[in-house]
Amino acid sequence: MTGLLESLIRGLGNGSVYALLALGFVIIYKATRVISFAQPALMLAGAVAVSYLAEVTGFYAAVLLAALLIAGVALAIERIAIRPMVGRPVFVVSIITLGIDVVVRVVVNGFIGRDVRQVGDPWGFAQVSLGPLVVQQRWLAMLLVTAVLVTLLFAFFRYTRYGLAMRAAAFDQETALAQGVSVGMVFALSWGLAGFLAAIAGMFVGTGQGIEQLTWVIALKALPAIIVGGLDSLGGAVVGGLAIGVVESLFQSYQGEFAPWLGQNFAVVTPYVVMLVVLLVRPYGLFGTREVERV
Amino acid sequence: MTAPPGVSGGRSRRVRGRPLLYTSYAQDMALLDTRGKRIWTGVLVAAAFAVSVLLADRSLEVLAVAYVLAIGAIGLNIVTGYAGQVSLGHAFFVAIGAYTAAALSGPPGGETLGYGLAEIWIWLPAAGLVAAVAGVLVAPLATRLRGLYLAIVTLGLVFLGEHVFKEWKELTGGPGVGREAAIPQLFGYRLDQDGPLGTKEQVLYLLMLSLLVVFAVAARNLARSRVGRAFAAIRDRDIAAEVIGVPLTRYKVLAFGISSFYAGCAGGLLYCVSGYVEPGSFNLLLSVQFIAMVLIGGVATVSGAIAGALFISLLQPVTRALPALVPVISGDTTQTPNVFQVETVLYGLLIVLFLVFEPRGLFGLWIRARNYWKSWPFSY
Repeated sequence: MTGLLESLIRGLGNGSVYALLALGFVIIYKATRVISFAQPALMLAGAVAVSYLAEVTGFYAAVLLAALLIAGVALAIERIAIRPMVGRPVFVVSIITLGIDVVVRVVVNGFIGRDVRQVGDPWGFAQVSLGPLVVQQRWLAMLLVTAVLVTLLFAFFRYTRYGLAMRAAAFDQETALAQGVSVGMVFALSWGLAGFLAAIAGMFVGTGQGIEQLTWVIALKALPAIIVGGLDSLGGAVVGGLAIGVVESLFQSYQGEFAPWLGQNFAVVTPYVVMLVVLLVRPYGLFGTREVERV
Repeated sequence: MTAPPGVSGGRSRRVRGRPLLYTSYAQDMALLDTRGKRIWTGVLVAAAFAVSVLLADRSLEVLAVAYVLAIGAIGLNIVTGYAGQVSLGHAFFVAIGAYTAAALSGPPGGETLGYGLAEIWIWLPAAGLVAAVAGVLVAPLATRLRGLYLAIVTLGLVFLGEHVFKEWKELTGGPGVGREAAIPQLFGYRLDQDGPLGTKEQVLYLLMLSLLVVFAVAARNLARSRVGRAFAAIRDRDIAAEVIGVPLTRYKVLAFGISSFYAGCAGGLLYCVSGYVEPGSFNLLLSVQFIAMVLIGGVATVSGAIAGALFISLLQPVTRALPALVPVISGDTTQTPNVFQVETVLYGLLIVLFLVFEPRGLFGLWIRARNYWKSWPFSY
């Protein structure tokens, strides 16, 4: 029983990282109808920025600075490569982000080098006991920080002018434009927010085991999360991310014992299996808007 | 069927000196509709065959691989370009083809599965068919999903496939170990060894070129048939297509099946040249490379897909030559910047630049050049 609960907490920890990344995907999708495949590169860039800045400014200041830096990078990408493409098919823009991802990742890999880089986090693999449970501190840190960030984000969308502008633009761009909302600003803001969240997620991915050139693949697990939750649902992104994390963690703990025929490391691909199963039942995710098409 | 008066049925005579005047439907739909196209296509194909005795073996090897990739790119173009269903899962179908071919032609009783059927006319269609079956099995998902949802699902397919191929050690040899690739043998004659027909590279080059011509002509014919028109209708507006009587599900399944057939054949042939398959090579990067070929070459054109495949394949030898020219770039992977980084950055940048500045790709550049000279010197 304690094993199960410990596995759940690990899953929720990892899942909250997926949720942060998934929120970035969904924010960009809602504003621009584009899935940004550049998120993995931004995540990796965030982790690398933390690992370099932490040596100078200390860890916590480094996280904030790195997140702002990556938000700036995301803004630059949006302004240079995405804004000129407004009005073009969304598929084309998504493929452009795929190209950007490849380019940014090569640059970032140059900073990582061939070895594992530590991000300089205070948690490492240190453990803490919660009653009978022994869990790693970093899972709790992930869960806590994500909870705070998600609350702030939802409050931002609910109560601020800019949040209202973003909701309006996501609902109907032309009407929002007619009401005086700067849709260009909304695009920029959505990329900036996504970059900020990706950087924080990257830092968490790097806690403990550090980052290497292949770490970017982890960001792609947020894609099943947004499909499960529904592409245009912020709440769905959080739920999807946590669900993916928990399922992955449970398979990691129990698949070797109960289903060894699935092969080693099956847990790594469980997010994609979950995604396929959910899609067979609900093609637009658990909370996504069903597209209604009329001729 | 008799044609109504005034409209000539069948293939009627062309009017001399009026290359754009079509007097029948058959003329309008002809594969090579002008004399210029007929002559230059003939010259191009003849030149491609002649190159096999002119170029060094090393270059022929690169070109042979490029031709196989072109077959795969044409396949992706059928589903993504003609039918408009975005697939990031092409590498998965390529892998299925590669392993079907390798298992059928491999020596029986070895460390990995093998059935000893090395005849190319057995394993090549088999590789295509098995991949096509996989494509048809995936297609029900595609018929329920549209656009970017489909892209993400097919991306998931690549990861699932990678896992299966890494774990299924009897078939693939496992990661880092790999197995021998399909053996091309035609009526008892090994095509991957030096022989009376020429060196190994020359023979493989001719084999791949001939197959590319066959697959390319088949794809062109498909595109101008009833099926091709149905694909285009689905791409342009799927609901409108259904309203005018195109069965969506059937044609989407068909598009995936045909595209996967091409991918499977390309997979079977791809590793003949190097003679070795490693399960780690069928990753997302391979899918992205195929997407890049289609986008850089030209969406929904067969000639564009071939041009794109040649372009991407030749990028590698060109960047490998860079350290000699630009001393800043190193040939050593431990240093930055090295040729591999430059190559990867070029993939990404070229995709972005082509999409921003010339969405029709290399084919579009060719159309621009042609139109400029068509009306020269009155280019406005």
